[in-house]
Amino acid sequence: MIATFRIPGAGRLKQAETARFSFDGQSYAGVEGETLASALLANGVHLVGRSFKYHRPRGFLSAGAEEPNALVEIKRDSARRTPNVRATVQELYDGLTAQSQNRWPSLAFDVSALGDIASPLLSAGFYYKTFMWPKSAWKNFYEPRIRAAAGLGVAPDQPDPDHYSARFAHCDVLVLGGGAAGIAAALAAAETGVRVILADEQADFGGSLRFESGARIDGQDGFAWAQGAVAALKAMDNVRVLSRATAFGYYAQNFVGLVERVSDHLQSPGRELPRERLWQVRAKRVVLATGAIERHMVFADNDRPGVMLASAARTYLNHFGVAVGRNVGVYTANDSAYAAAIDLKKAGVGVAAIVDLRDHPTGSVIDEARALGIEVNFGRAVIRAGGKLRVSSMTVQPKNGGGERTIPVDAILMSAGWTPSVHLFSQSRGKVAFNDETKRFVPGTYAQDCVSVGACNGTDGLSATIDEAYAAGAKAAKDAGVKNAGANTVKGIKPKVDASESWSRGMLGAAPGAGPDTTVKAFVDFQNDVTAKDIRQAVHEGMRSIEHVKRFTTNGMATDQGKTSNMHGLAIAAETLDKPIPQVGLTTFRAPYTPVTFGSIVGHARGPLFDPTRKTAIHPWAEPQGAVFEDVGQWKRAWYFPKAGEDMHAAVDRECVTVRKTAGLFDASTLGKIEVVGPDAAKFMELLYTNPWEKLEPGRCRYGIMLREDGFIYDDGVVGRLAADRFHVTTTTGGAPRVMNHMEDYLQTEFPHLNVWLTSTTEQWAVIAVQGPKSRDIIAPLVEGIDMSDGALPHMSVREGRICGVPTRLFRMSFTGERGFEVNVPADYGQAVWEALWAEGQKHGACAYGTETMHVLRAEKGYIIVGQDTDGTVTPGDAGLDWAVGKKKTDFVGIRGMARPDLVAKGRKQLVGLKTKDPKVVLEEGAQIVGDPKQAIPMTMIGHVTSSYWSENCGRSIALALVTGGRGRMGETLYVPMPNGTIEVEVTGMVFFDEKGERLNG
Amino acid sequence: MAKAVANKIAPTLVERRPVLAGQELSVTGVTLAVLPTAQRISLRAPDASVAALSKALGVTLPRKPKTSTAKAGRTALWLGPDEWLVIDEAGKDPLADCAELTVLHSAVGISHRNVAISVIGPAAAATINSGCPQDLSLDAFPVGAASRTILGKVEIVLLRTATDAFRVECWRSFSDYVFTFLSEAAGDAAA
Amino acid sequence: MLLIRCPYCEEERPELEFRNAGEAHIARSADMAATSDDDFEKFFFIRSNPKGIIYERWRHMHGCARFFNAVRDTVSDRFLLTYKAGEPKPAKLPGAAE
Repeated sequence: MIATFRIPGAGRLKQAETARFSFDGQSYAGVEGETLASALLANGVHLVGRSFKYHRPRGFLSAGAEEPNALVEIKRDSARRTPNVRATVQELYDGLTAQSQNRWPSLAFDVSALGDIASPLLSAGFYYKTFMWPKSAWKNFYEPRIRAAAGLGVAPDQPDPDHYSARFAHCDVLVLGGGAAGIAAALAAAETGVRVILADEQADFGGSLRFESGARIDGQDGFAWAQGAVAALKAMDNVRVLSRATAFGYYAQNFVGLVERVSDHLQSPGRELPRERLWQVRAKRVVLATGAIERHMVFADNDRPGVMLASAARTYLNHFGVAVGRNVGVYTANDSAYAAAIDLKKAGVGVAAIVDLRDHPTGSVIDEARALGIEVNFGRAVIRAGGKLRVSSMTVQPKNGGGERTIPVDAILMSAGWTPSVHLFSQSRGKVAFNDETKRFVPGTYAQDCVSVGACNGTDGLSATIDEAYAAGAKAAKDAGVKNAGANTVKGIKPKVDASESWSRGMLGAAPGAGPDTTVKAFVDFQNDVTAKDIRQAVHEGMRSIEHVKRFTTNGMATDQGKTSNMHGLAIAAETLDKPIPQVGLTTFRAPYTPVTFGSIVGHARGPLFDPTRKTAIHPWAEPQGAVFEDVGQWKRAWYFPKAGEDMHAAVDRECVTVRKTAGLFDASTLGKIEVVGPDAAKFMELLYTNPWEKLEPGRCRYGIMLREDGFIYDDGVVGRLAADRFHVTTTTGGAPRVMNHMEDYLQTEFPHLNVWLTSTTEQWAVIAVQGPKSRDIIAPLVEGIDMSDGALPHMSVREGRICGVPTRLFRMSFTGERGFEVNVPADYGQAVWEALWAEGQKHGACAYGTETMHVLRAEKGYIIVGQDTDGTVTPGDAGLDWAVGKKKTDFVGIRGMARPDLVAKGRKQLVGLKTKDPKVVLEEGAQIVGDPKQAIPMTMIGHVTSSYWSENCGRSIALALVTGGRGRMGETLYVPMPNGTIEVEVTGMVFFDEKGERLNG
Repeated sequence: MAKAVANKIAPTLVERRPVLAGQELSVTGVTLAVLPTAQRISLRAPDASVAALSKALGVTLPRKPKTSTAKAGRTALWLGPDEWLVIDEAGKDPLADCAELTVLHSAVGISHRNVAISVIGPAAAATINSGCPQDLSLDAFPVGAASRTILGKVEIVLLRTATDAFRVECWRSFSDYVFTFLSEAAGDAAA
Repeated sequence: MLLIRCPYCEEERPELEFRNAGEAHIARSADMAATSDDDFEKFFFIRSNPKGIIYERWRHMHGCARFFNAVRDTVSDRFLLTYKAGEPKPAKLPGAAE
């Protein structure tokens, strides 16, 4: 059965109704390829939503992206629920499920519509005025209720199961808008052979040719010409044609963001299809062919379902084959609505009357309307729409007052004129100019390499539009640098316009039906429920700038960004202020042009692609061993290796004891590594680290400290000198990239005279730390070419040789205080060498240990961790590392900073050890320290705990802390106030275990 | 120059386990493959050393930005005004070739630091452009073009080996991200 | 996303490859240790933060990895000029008369 309002033979779709869909639980039939709006109208459904503030019943205003009213929720399944979808954009597919929003309990009876009656309480600026008293009521009463009542739609509550893709693209000419102008510009540019991208937000190209039945180009119907031209463009190798692609943002240097809706129109999109694709296009030239948007008439109750733009009614008829009513009225201040009336009349729809606000308009469309027997009234206004859930009548009155006449209608088609879509032009930082004659803002001063053509440029008439666009397309291609047109590009012929429609002018602001009676609701902004009265009130309450009026009334601040309302709002404000429109100004257009999903901005960056997860070469061994991992930056590091039944503390205690008793293996691969090579390598090291390096012999290592210029510790690590001109520098895991950047910065910009180069080798080497009294016994059997005796390989030395037959840089060094080694092998051998060392270790009872044990063991020895025990305000002196600063050096980064008055002053915070009086109590890292726990709150805090652990080796808790004048407080009792009571601590030295350091050779 | 101990590719007693070894993915328009291991150095040198280094390496180091040269299984990529990535796929170690040179330079072995993934097919450029902001048209990025750049959230080195073929080099621990990224992008690249 | 001309790569490349590195032409003293407190303050802490033309350092971090200098208009966000590290501050700017 053909739906009631579908007109046989009209429109361009195959009218077989193949798509079943539901709206608010009611089942309907529609045609694939039409919009949800078209399908609902075909079934006689106009009431589709409730307004934001007053919960007034609303229908369709438009047939496109500018739609303020018809926002629905589209539900594919429990996770795929998209709120605030414009029914005028959503394409129908079989099985589509849509729901209305912002109503309870039902669309036809909405309890909150009482707000319409109570609307004096909700007038302009009510946000700022109504809820001021009593103060305490805001949090408990007003805010929760406003939050519950406000907002459009309901956000989905499950993770988005769809995926989104992204593409960077480059072209010579980017044409935005696929109407007659855009197509003509694209043809002209493409014919030169340059790379062209043509994008349009609609499913079908053609723009207003979709409804302009009077347009004929190259001997055919305008829309048919558009389809042929786009097919020709698609066939060209140098052209990319994007439909359903909205250019939402125009950024610096012709960088344009577009979202292509790939599968929202499909019944069951394959898993391989993204839902949307983000195009980030860099274009040498941009042609803006974004058209114009029709404005509504501002009169009382102009928001009743069935009251819509004339061009929308024409689109529904001429493109989709749907009549928006059986007996329509027309209210206009310009010619274009006549064409709608004529088309509808010819299709057999009754046209009750045309009401034209103009006094003496003339023109062929008017004559034609009359010839068709349509009643035409000049100098009259529709002062009120009748009906509630659907318009039922229009009340007409001479515009200067007089007798009223009420005409029954089931739809009102209105047109106040056309507003050029300068949104993208404005986003490009171009300045608009007001044309006083045509009363519209058009592109004025350009800020980027772009050009506007057609309706968005204020150009009227199809012929002029195509002339302008074709020339602009050719010029854009030339300016972008046309190469010699290849043999395969056919020199094109400019499209010839045989017949066109043309109109301009119209009116801005409130029509006579919009007041001054302040009880009427004549809507300017439908989505935010802003009336003509609200704008006037804003001015009367002192708003002068349009920016203030906008914010006070929220005009233009809804998700449609005022596409239909901005000019009316501006005109009403200007009239009330008694100023010319340009002096009141136009609000700035900002991206996005239409709402953009989070998904399309996130693109691929979710799940495993949210952030890289870096794993070491030894990770595949640690994982099946049951290691628990912790995140250190992007790295996954083995945290501890629990055995069956062990919790973290048990595992760490066992690992700590085992390392000191026999040995432990630790994956230190994530340490940053930088190879510093060149004849001036030592000179460079002298400048970048506090320590002296010139005299460090090849084969020896040194613990180095790197400062920033301000004298504070930036990084540290053990550095091995492999040769006179080659250092193997290690950095902290987290510091590797910034240390490399810091070193490159100084090398390239401050010390470019030095012959030295830096290469990151972090990932070249896997690093296996073997620490403990048995460490040498474990390593030695696998090593070739290195004498491992204490004499030949003392603490803090490095040798190159082979282990398990592969090259190694073998460091004798210790971050545990035990005899220790760090075995560097090329990363792909890391796992195999680890396994060989593990097998050897098993013979000695060694364990694998993780970062937690590493932290405990180093704390037992008072070795600091940069970034944990230091925080960017700690000097070497504060950290007790003065010994590492070369006293005879005349320059290094930070040398002057260290001498700053504040850094040499007494009373600085110094790193010390803390022992709790109760050895079983483990302090919390970050806990604050006070001298007198009985002082009044807020207490004077003299420091904080930086590191704190249970030390099984010491049989007690240990901690490091930064304390004011700490080294002068040895033995002093301090206090750590905590929620459960104050903890007494004693200030101690930083070394808790093997104070003499004998175990390094043990 | 003092030499780092060069990897002589001697028989080893333990297994080499390259990351992602042998991984492949083929979809309409593009095939991804993790390439076999190769010998690589990061080479740094002033202008005056370029001729001697070119001779020792057997491949002329390119001097023009965003270019590469190749000879006998060895490719030299211009990465910066004094920086080249030299990749040898013929089993010879370029580190050894530089070891005896006395001209000013820095050669550091990075064979294990980098992993290479080939991206081949008519949709190869589109696949990479899912996360790489550079213009990969043949005019802007011709065959032989080479550049360090960005893919998604990580740094890569990109080399165009043929009209429809690229070599993507990244650091070892980023290879999983890069392969996953390219795999996801490949599925949408034919569009 | 801006396009920035790298003076070493000799072409414009996408901003994602670059990293800003603060104001340019702030010389580190050759005799750092002898710098007065006032001079150190000027060198390390004080930056011009102009509305308009700024001389600043950038690094082509994910490209040729070189640091270089740029002249940018902080109002329009337009780059007027880029030049290699170590080159003197340009006496004349292109389009400066605008």
